[in-house]
Amino acid sequence: MVTMNLVQAVNSGLKCAMADDKRVVVLGEDVGADGGVFRASDGLLRQFGKGRVMDTPLAESGIVGVSIGMAVAGLRPVPEIQFSGFLSMAFAQLVNHAARIRMRSRGAFTCPLVIRTPYGGGIRALEHHSESMEAVFSHVPGIKVVIPSSPYDAKGLLMSAIKDDNPVVFMEPSRLYRAVKEDVPENSYTVPIGKAKVVKEGSAVTVISWGSMLQQAKLALSHTDVDCELIDLRTLKPLDTDTIIVSVKKTGRCVIVQEAPRTGGFASEIIAVINDKALLSLKAPVSRVAGFDTGFPLYKLEDHYLPSIERIVAAIEATVNY
Amino acid sequence: MVEKVLKSFGVKYLQVLDENSKPDARLMPKLSPKQLVELYSTMVLCRRFDEKALILQRQGRLGTYASFLGQEAAQIGTAYALAREDWTFPTYRDSALLIAHSMPMVSLLQYFGGDERGSIPPKGVNNFPISIPVGTQGLHAVGAAMAATIQGKKFATVACLGDGASSEGDMNEAFNFAGVFKAPVIFLCQNNQYAISVPVKQQTAAETIAQKAIAFGFEGVRVDGNDVLAVYSAASAALKKARSGGGPTLIECFTYRISNHTTSDDASRYRPDSEVKEWQKKDPVIRLRKFLVAKKLWNDKKEAQLLAGVDKQVSDAVTKYESIPAPQVEDVFKYTYSEMPQSLKEQLDDYRRLMEGK
Repeated sequence: MVTMNLVQAVNSGLKCAMADDKRVVVLGEDVGADGGVFRASDGLLRQFGKGRVMDTPLAESGIVGVSIGMAVAGLRPVPEIQFSGFLSMAFAQLVNHAARIRMRSRGAFTCPLVIRTPYGGGIRALEHHSESMEAVFSHVPGIKVVIPSSPYDAKGLLMSAIKDDNPVVFMEPSRLYRAVKEDVPENSYTVPIGKAKVVKEGSAVTVISWGSMLQQAKLALSHTDVDCELIDLRTLKPLDTDTIIVSVKKTGRCVIVQEAPRTGGFASEIIAVINDKALLSLKAPVSRVAGFDTGFPLYKLEDHYLPSIERIVAAIEATVNY
Repeated sequence: MVEKVLKSFGVKYLQVLDENSKPDARLMPKLSPKQLVELYSTMVLCRRFDEKALILQRQGRLGTYASFLGQEAAQIGTAYALAREDWTFPTYRDSALLIAHSMPMVSLLQYFGGDERGSIPPKGVNNFPISIPVGTQGLHAVGAAMAATIQGKKFATVACLGDGASSEGDMNEAFNFAGVFKAPVIFLCQNNQYAISVPVKQQTAAETIAQKAIAFGFEGVRVDGNDVLAVYSAASAALKKARSGGGPTLIECFTYRISNHTTSDDASRYRPDSEVKEWQKKDPVIRLRKFLVAKKLWNDKKEAQLLAGVDKQVSDAVTKYESIPAPQVEDVFKYTYSEMPQSLKEQLDDYRRLMEGK
């Protein structure tokens, strides 16, 4: 075990996956000599060479498009899109092709690639560096969406994603890259995709979150006396509905915390699942704490936009006092 | 069987002042002594602005900032050729072009200080908001240029890009649209030889960016991007052509990014110091100054006066920037749609209630 932050854990996951399987290649803008703008691919070029770690031209659609070609031809590409806001420039390749190749060819061709991308706000960045587009990707059939919130999970989930035979969008909360540290094995291990984690057990209300907001929700829990059960989804698609439903049936209350805009966000899907499977257990309406239905503002206003501890605590208390 | 060359092409290179500031008299643009001094003064102003912005960022008084150090000639030479009504479509590294095209320095500080209101240009000035995604703005510049043609207006547009952006699909689509529609646009490509860490040799197998224009059916020219007179000449000619219906031009300014990519970057990780030093010797500001001195248009006394003047302008802009009240969160709601939908009103009301209860 070594103490690692989240970006070091991602780096360790990439190194282990590349050492374990020579089909794994890493490509993207600045991933080679620079080691990635967040240093996620630091040292890979030195260890694995130019044939497996490629600095690409500056072209997001190109990066995802050639990754698709590599994947269908037998490699396991792990392209990096430098910030998730720029993944929209590769949207057509991802949605029209990566997601559909298996169905289109009835499995004759498959597309095992992992698009790694930092996401989320709170880092005082320029425009398009702070988006949370997980709901958009979750809406696309054929793609898995994985979002770790801790170093241990980041490495284990990344290694699972690389072994997975489907295209995976792997979203890394940039503001947690260096914020949380924990013991992480240096060797290979996996954390299963599609399995949520009960971070803390409780009886009064189920609080559900993922990625950067999981840590915010955790902090909020220490600001209230309410006995909360905290669930980290870890994978948005495929969603672990069982863990959600067991918890909501126990507590009868639920608050969902997401950084993304409210309308059509992933919280809406969770509410629909609860509606389907646990409606009669509810003692209060399921509450959402979310970003606003506005563009993500430049940094002078980002603290207003990001769900604050106050907003989360207010939602928890309103739900238990309903 | 027939085998023959159907077409052959060349790429023009333009330099007016050589690296020792010696002019080529045949290529000198028609600029009066007053204009030459004005051009130089703008370069010095922008240089001092850039230095100040980096200091402010280090002190926590400004957010992430992209320095244009070393690229003043490319930006200011182009801006100086523009008419006031011409549109610009800048990237995050084009602050000098913006300042030289009537954008107040305080607006740029406000923008890099995390406040969208810094994107509002003065009335009658059409500097489009800075594009952070690389290469997307080329199409906007072409569209605006097409709008000028359709509406019978005289303005031209400038699409700013770098060597990295020339790889983006959108930018290549922009080149193609511009060629097909003969749009009155100039593509100002500042080839500063690095897209963050990736050197231009790894960016493209083409020897010049300028030659990419040829494939799209219009003229591409490479100029010495550290020679403001060459840039001005090329831009003036391209604008004249654009306004007279001759279509687009790609101007590749071959230059160098002396600074880090942004204040979040450490360029020493991927390029040698010796290379930076070589390019510092080609400083565009010094190149013009030496020429002005040789022409007896400039001396140390004038330099001292100029520096005192521009430093005051810059520090006044900083004072003004720091006295601007913080933006209001209401603005973000107000400007999302032309009219605020009910759902947004509710979100704003909820948030206000929470903030008032604190």
